[in-house]
Amino acid sequence: MAEIIVVTSGKGGVGKTTSSASLACGLARRGKKVVVIDFDVGLRNLDLIMGCERRVVYDFVNVTQGEASLKQALIKDKRFDNLFVLAASQTRDKDALTKEGVEKVLKDLADDGFDYIICDSPAGIEKGAFLAMYFADQAVVVVNPEVSSVRDSDRILGLLDSKTRHAEDGESIKAHLLLTRYNPQRVDGGEMLSVKDVEEVLGLKTIGVIPESGEVLNASNKGEPVILDMESNAGQAYDDAVARLMGEERPMRFTQLEKKGFFSKIFGG
Amino acid sequence: MFDFLKAKKNTASIAKDRLRIIIAQERTNRGGPDYLPLLQRELLEVIRKYVSIDADAVKVDVVKDGEHDVLDISVALPEGRTATA
Repeated sequence: MAEIIVVTSGKGGVGKTTSSASLACGLARRGKKVVVIDFDVGLRNLDLIMGCERRVVYDFVNVTQGEASLKQALIKDKRFDNLFVLAASQTRDKDALTKEGVEKVLKDLADDGFDYIICDSPAGIEKGAFLAMYFADQAVVVVNPEVSSVRDSDRILGLLDSKTRHAEDGESIKAHLLLTRYNPQRVDGGEMLSVKDVEEVLGLKTIGVIPESGEVLNASNKGEPVILDMESNAGQAYDDAVARLMGEERPMRFTQLEKKGFFSKIFGG
Repeated sequence: MFDFLKAKKNTASIAKDRLRIIIAQERTNRGGPDYLPLLQRELLEVIRKYVSIDADAVKVDVVKDGEHDVLDISVALPEGRTATA
């Protein structure tokens, strides 16, 4: 059975695509057969973050409209044989994706033996975001520790509770909190909402906390999801999140201010 | 230079309090029919033709009463006025 996971947030620019790419790579690295789908019709970007932008021939809309087969449109990742990308269309027609079209593609992917289908949602609460979440079994809600992001996420949680297939069947879908751009130093200084604050306000359990880090931009620049950089704190934090997504228990890291020792203070280590 | 002596204002706790209030309010409106916010606004406009009231004085909710959905409208008038219904 394929597990469909939507990566969503409401607000734009909080790290949905970055997170989708890293979660997909992390699951693939653990041997799972994974496809990550860009639902942002008109504003294709997942391909850039995954580093396969020059290999996009056919896209998601081409498949739903029968202009290409799923096999033709799936882009195989260069790093993992069991990881595939389905790019968003660049069309300006916002109605290019339909519920039936999406359902068929998801079913075909499940029949193909995929373990995980990651749906990278566009920002906002319009059709693209609705379609990305509609068929999901689980949701990863990406939140920055900042008021507008938290409020928008709560809107999204309301939609997850009412506008998904599972909700219509009277079931609930499991939602996880993924905090990104977290800065323990600012939290310590009382300038930034803490993990606990956001958990309490939204009533969600945290699946990962990604520290604010220059490595994330470096990774995007190179087209190599940051989870592949296991030297970086952000990469390790994403790896922890993937482990938790697969049911492992792991303590939260990078959420506490590191107390610098005497020597490192002097030598700047 | 003596910045560190000043107590820093904890803006994170202000953020948390504000979020708690607005999210609680938005959650109560959720799940109701889409026309509720518009109905609330229009009622407010009509009532304001006669009485000056705050924007949050008009509350519109759909509540369940057994088998029925009941449209529950309450209007709080400012102090010193007597409602004549």
